[in-house]
Amino acid sequence: MDYINAITLFANYIFIPGLSYGCQLALGALGITIVYTVLRFSNFAHGEFMSFGAMISILVMWYFQDVGISIHPLPTIILALPISIILTIIFCLLIDNFCFSYYRKNNSESVILLIVSIGIMFFTNGLIRLIIGPADRNINDGERFLVKARTIKKMFELNEGLAIKMSQCLTITITILLVTFVFWFLNKTKTGKSMRAYSDNKDLSLLSGINPERVVLITWVIAGMLACVAGTLYGLDKSYKPFTYLNLVLPIFASAIVGGVGNPIGAIIGGFVIAYSEIIITFAYRRFLGYLLPDNLLPESLMQVLSTDYKIAVSFLILVIVLIIKPTGIYKGKLI
Amino acid sequence: MLLKASKISCGYEKTKIVENCDIYLKKGQIASIVGPNGAGKSTAMKAIFGLLPLFEGKVFFNNEDISNLKPQERVLKGMSFVPQTNNIFPSMTVEENLEMGGFIRKKGIKETIHQVYELFPVLNEKKSQIAENLSGGQRQQLAFGRALMTNPIFLMLDEPSAGVSPKIMDELFNKVREISKKGVSILMVEQNAKQALKISDIGFVLTQGKNKFIDSGKKLLSNPEVRESFLGG
Repeated sequence: MDYINAITLFANYIFIPGLSYGCQLALGALGITIVYTVLRFSNFAHGEFMSFGAMISILVMWYFQDVGISIHPLPTIILALPISIILTIIFCLLIDNFCFSYYRKNNSESVILLIVSIGIMFFTNGLIRLIIGPADRNINDGERFLVKARTIKKMFELNEGLAIKMSQCLTITITILLVTFVFWFLNKTKTGKSMRAYSDNKDLSLLSGINPERVVLITWVIAGMLACVAGTLYGLDKSYKPFTYLNLVLPIFASAIVGGVGNPIGAIIGGFVIAYSEIIITFAYRRFLGYLLPDNLLPESLMQVLSTDYKIAVSFLILVIVLIIKPTGIYKGKLI
Repeated sequence: MLLKASKISCGYEKTKIVENCDIYLKKGQIASIVGPNGAGKSTAMKAIFGLLPLFEGKVFFNNEDISNLKPQERVLKGMSFVPQTNNIFPSMTVEENLEMGGFIRKKGIKETIHQVYELFPVLNEKKSQIAENLSGGQRQQLAFGRALMTNPIFLMLDEPSAGVSPKIMDELFNKVREISKKGVSILMVEQNAKQALKISDIGFVLTQGKNKFIDSGKKLLSNPEVRESFLGG
């Protein structure tokens, strides 16, 4: 029995990666939730907005690298974030102005807006590949590790190492800051409250003199900001490949629904639920059990429930289970 | 005259529901529109507030023609409206509801919230509760409070007593009287004609979208024809 090594292994392969992946999903799900509650449709283009944000971050980062600006050991792309956030927001507003606003003014049903968003998803995807190409790029030019696996191994004389990547640390820090800001904005500021009022009871909010144009504008500002940051962090943590964002939409929607549709806190919780279930179900436990079980009991197989190729299936599975058992999600949201 | 809707016709899409109707009241008065179901009471009121377009006729407020103003602009003129249903922000707290009611104002929101709490002490007790969890009567009081947040001089109530128990109904009518004593003129549409007319200075009985009787509340109550047809004897 070797608990310490087992725990270290668990932390290294499940807890820390799950935490940062959960943060990325939570940011994405929060963006979808805010668009859903205020504008009343499921925005399937959100994943591509994330990809678009990441692409702009990369373009700005290349410019910075060209002129020699760097914040080593932090990756340069963090410095590019403020500019790419603004550009992503402008892109969202343009899309809204040319596509969504027409259907909103005609009081179209939300399913029509959903289909429009799928069209925009493909459009944005094409646009991104046209601009930056479909290649897989590593965009982390900073220090890769904050804590190296070897350091911990030596320090505590363990078999297992514990690595904390710079990108994971950045993801968690930035997520905490951004989520705190969004919740503060929605709950404490007059503009944020007017957004909630508009989403609660549109007609009454108009009677109270709340300007719907402004509410829509602020909604896209927040959604664009969340999308850009989530996309950039995801690209930084793994690598940037436009195609992966098409697959990312599914776990993000699963997070938003599992947490409770239209509930921002639920979206965050849902992000972590999905992230951890994906990792826990696709992890091979043989080495982990090796520390806990006597040798003669140790199974031959890898002890892996599903291969990592089925990662996306896991989010679907959770989604189906939640919809059957508790259709309102973990935190009571609207029934869909 | 504070409000004068003269010869208005209105309705939904192409269907005329209210025809050639007159509704008016003086400053400080309580007026009620009563009549059988489908007489166009609520329709007339919505048209006065600008939620429905006027087919014919004009609406004057403080001797100013407001027929073409949007509801939001009418709010700025000092009118306020309490819809019959969906008249609160359900997922927000009581205090946030009131804050949102006063959204268009820059200053003095805190003072007005305080005044609303004085008028409706129960709201003060529940100020950090989510509005959805309030009882029917409390909800209605919150809806009144929200509408009062713009400091209106003229308040319109669409069936304030719909769906509450008789006891709460009495309480609500008392609140309506209290609001009017603070100098707010009131126009309400009511199913419960007897009680509404009792506190009204002027009453309008509508049938099939037309003015049937216009008289003071007391006189309408004692009018045998009105009693027979609308008040159940």
